[in-house]
Amino acid sequence: MATAYPAPPRLHPPAACVWFPPFMLSATGRSTLRIVGELGDFARFTARGYTSAIGSRRLGRRLARAVYEQGVRCLPVILIVGTFTGLVLGLQGYHTLKGFGSASLLGPLVANSLVRELAPVLAALMIVGQAGSALTAELGIQRNSEQIDALETMGIDPHGFLVAPRLLAALIVYPMMTAFFALIGLVGGWISGSVLLPLPGSVYWSSVYKAIDPEDVGQCIVKALVFGGLTIALCCYNGFTAHRRSTTTGARAVSASTTRAVVFSSISVLAADYLITSLLV
Amino acid sequence: MSEPDTISSAPLLEVRGLRKQFGDHVVLHDLDLVVPRGRLLTILGKSGTGKSVLLKCLAGVLAPDQGEVLFEGRPLSSENKPGLAAFRRRCSYLFQGNALLDSLSAWDNVALPLEQATLLPKPEIRARVRDALRRLELEADAARYPSQMSGGMQKRLALARALVTRPEIVLFDEPTAGLDPIRRNAVFTMIAHSQREFGFTAVVVTHDLPEALAASDRVALLVDGTLCFEGAPAEFQASASPAVAAFRDSADHLAAQIAAIRRGEPVPADLA
Repeated sequence: MATAYPAPPRLHPPAACVWFPPFMLSATGRSTLRIVGELGDFARFTARGYTSAIGSRRLGRRLARAVYEQGVRCLPVILIVGTFTGLVLGLQGYHTLKGFGSASLLGPLVANSLVRELAPVLAALMIVGQAGSALTAELGIQRNSEQIDALETMGIDPHGFLVAPRLLAALIVYPMMTAFFALIGLVGGWISGSVLLPLPGSVYWSSVYKAIDPEDVGQCIVKALVFGGLTIALCCYNGFTAHRRSTTTGARAVSASTTRAVVFSSISVLAADYLITSLLV
Repeated sequence: MSEPDTISSAPLLEVRGLRKQFGDHVVLHDLDLVVPRGRLLTILGKSGTGKSVLLKCLAGVLAPDQGEVLFEGRPLSSENKPGLAAFRRRCSYLFQGNALLDSLSAWDNVALPLEQATLLPKPEIRARVRDALRRLELEADAARYPSQMSGGMQKRLALARALVTRPEIVLFDEPTAGLDPIRRNAVFTMIAHSQREFGFTAVVVTHDLPEALAASDRVALLVDGTLCFEGAPAEFQASASPAVAAFRDSADHLAAQIAAIRRGEPVPADLA
């Protein structure tokens, strides 16, 4: 059925006037306000998470647990993904470079790809998939079962108790896991190029050593810190605010929050990677 | 502990003109209530009448949209962060679902408010936790996690956590929900006994009329977010108010309705 809209206002010059139905304008305005509001809320939540660490009692014990969950538990997945990434890079790189007669440059190719881009991005995505999703679900369930309300009624700041150790742990774990990923990836590249293919190992490792620039390492650490701070804050925020999901409640709200956390974190890693690279290169 | 009559009559908690709504749905309408010091006040009412919302407003978890919650005459809304923290140290809340932290053992759950919200030395914390667990017969289960405990044990553990800070006021949100009559009696006995032993002021939200009337010093009835009655249990029993009568005599109504159904008579309109 055709909808009767009010006549567009007469503006000069008429050809330059673009007119939208009023409901589209109001919907766009509402969405914009909601997104801006949520971004502000997220920024405030993250700032409160870090500041509440000051004076939080027995933080060390909770920090150790968070480091274990984000670090130790993610080691197997980092090991597997890092190895296969290095293997594939070595394989593809060797055959491509051999075509140009530059197979000896396999080491710099693998090292630069890993240190500059793949190690921080893939390590962050793996930690989000394994530890980030788990912590969002845990916080969501704690919100649903009133455990977070209970902390408040006991006079315990839930941000300091639940969020701060996880945010701080991310700043410790992400650089370490990124370094581990890069190291394992280099070993994978060596297996591919020197064990399975005929490039001499000494050529591979000496070229790797020469190719790694301290500036690249610094950029890699900056990326790991930013990804860690951003993704774990997003995961904590989505779990902590699981009760605010307007379309679902209970278990479905927890699942929706977990999905949201993983999707937003993954997108934010790629977007932040582009921004940092464009700023630092 | 002092007898209730010798305790100061000044209200510990007071609600004035409290209004709370979620979206367009008004849950509490301009409610006034006084919680007398050292007494056990029970708030009765059907499901969805705003009892738990009222309790959360009393605990400072939810902020009223209008009106005030006063603690010793001072509005909670005007308290700064240390003031609110001081109120929370003097007030405990027992959640309907217990709200025990499932990643912590029974011992750690009970120790949590002392470790995180007080400056007590470690030996004192250990002594208090051991004492709270012993009083509620949970000493042998200190290393167990809430998920390894029965519903009754979890309830006792939640009570131990609520009492370990030696609060002046304890708010109980449907402490007997989902329990059989024997356990219901046991929980009410436990609350009344703890209240007498520790001397705290108790506010209990429940549907369980006989147990509430037996254990309470004061009774309040909430109907659709409005306070319909507030008085002693004997006054509640004698009240001619239609709202009170409907709640009080619901068991008799049920018997009459079942009898009518068995006789093949049409189902009374108020049954639907």
